[in-house]
Amino acid sequence: MNDCIIKTENLGFTYADDEELATAEIPALAGVSINIGRGEYVAILGHNGSGKSTLAKLLNMILTPNVGKIYIDGRDITAEDFTEDDMFDIRRKIGMVFQNPDNQLVATVVEEDVAFGPENLGLPREEIRRRVNSSLSLVGMTEYARHAPHKLSGGQKQRVAIAGIIAMKPQVIIFDESTAMLDPQGRREVVDIMERLNREENITILNITHYMEEAARADRVIVINDGRIALDGTPREVFSNVEKLREMGLEAPQGNELILELKNAGIKIDGDSLTESECIETLYKFLS
Amino acid sequence: MISDITLGQFFPGFSPIHKLDPRTKIILATLFIVAIFVANNAVGFALMAMFTLVLIALSRISFKVILKSIKPIVFILLFTAIINVFITKGDGAPLLSFWIIEIYEEGIARAIMMALRVIILIVGTSVLLTYTTSPISLTDGLESLLSPLKKIKVPVHTFAMMMSIALRFIPTLIEETEKIMNAQKSRGADFTSGSLVQRAKALIPLLVPLFVSSFKRAEELATAMECRCYRGDKNRTKLVKLEYKARDFVFMALLVLLLVSVICLSTLPYNYPSFGFIYDLMFYKV
Repeated sequence: MNDCIIKTENLGFTYADDEELATAEIPALAGVSINIGRGEYVAILGHNGSGKSTLAKLLNMILTPNVGKIYIDGRDITAEDFTEDDMFDIRRKIGMVFQNPDNQLVATVVEEDVAFGPENLGLPREEIRRRVNSSLSLVGMTEYARHAPHKLSGGQKQRVAIAGIIAMKPQVIIFDESTAMLDPQGRREVVDIMERLNREENITILNITHYMEEAARADRVIVINDGRIALDGTPREVFSNVEKLREMGLEAPQGNELILELKNAGIKIDGDSLTESECIETLYKFLS
Repeated sequence: MISDITLGQFFPGFSPIHKLDPRTKIILATLFIVAIFVANNAVGFALMAMFTLVLIALSRISFKVILKSIKPIVFILLFTAIINVFITKGDGAPLLSFWIIEIYEEGIARAIMMALRVIILIVGTSVLLTYTTSPISLTDGLESLLSPLKKIKVPVHTFAMMMSIALRFIPTLIEETEKIMNAQKSRGADFTSGSLVQRAKALIPLLVPLFVSSFKRAEELATAMECRCYRGDKNRTKLVKLEYKARDFVFMALLVLLLVSVICLSTLPYNYPSFGFIYDLMFYKV
């Protein structure tokens, strides 16, 4: 596939300070090969310590792989002759939103924080201003432009952090458990923004999460277990493997689980059950 | 409760003083400090006091706030004034003399001048800088003023960035301190009673987790900054550019004028006794 924005080949990574020890340690990632197309909306699922965050850090060159290759937009970022300027270029293409919103915000005023990325890119002032305004309106934080970030709620802070990434006009945004520290309201806001960015701005979204409900909203779900890709497909395909997910310490959305239990109990029920409403529909049809 | 602390007590506003370029304010404050130390007679001090009053009026900061800013130094002021009254020896006969204490005219004059000097210094600089300038624009101003030092490889940008990040994290760390404190209190820790040593000891279980989490924060922030393409001031532009406006030049001219007149006044001769009481009062030199 030529239109791959991200492509990895047999990627492996081990956390160790000592090169020699590295072989003895258990790898965080092993033999990971994935292709992510331009404009895809992918959720990466896995329980704690499965290696999903490691994958994100490799893609953004925070970490360098021990083995394997990574191609971003057709360029091999693991090549020997990769310079610091090239790295700068990759980070410009791949934005990353982290877990703790407090530890991503640099400035004491919202709009100055959003401007931080574009400032680093050396853009002219008018362009920075334009990008700050459009990014803030995309995440619905325009009215807070002059506020201090520490007075905002968790969800609002995370939206500001997202605006700061959007302002750099990346092609891909990786959300590294960006909803983990938020309350349900904040989580919904952030996931809505992910969806909007993907649909309206055609930005490739990688949502690394352990919330099934979030993953179900993506177009494609990749499940990582013990540093390897365990499942890869549409949410429907992936979540139909209820047993397999359970083995990996993950739980399918409650609807899927319920239908499976019913089937196991010998009840002949059929239909979709990915979201709550689908599940209700299926049950309704069965009962009537 | 603790989260009410604001550093430097900045009062946001849109007064002419607020609108001055931070660099102008830093320069003005410097000139002001020089002038207050040059001034050595009543007319000079009166000029400085008048200028300070004009600043206060322009900044629209309430007088109550100004008085509050002097409150913590009242004790020091009184103390130095009293010391000055007692230890200064004059040329003429003592005004008052009993036991080992002798009070001279010079001593009283000096005490008054010293007190005035400190009061004007504190009020003037706080109105010019801390009350009317946000810490961030102060940092920006400093970075810009010190930027010539970059030529001799002083990492001015790095220092300014450090300062602004420190300011950014003050409220976050205060919040965290409160959280840890509450967690410790809920398990029976006592921060408020006992001897000084005991109270200091009670702080250890507070400081350790705070330090650990600060290091973690620092690391995460560094990663996040790198992901946003930060690489020092290499090829970096800014959203807000500092620009001198007409009012900056007006204020600078005013302060230069003030400084020059104070210098002139301070060089006026004072010969005692000279042209009578009023002249003495005005140009008595300390």
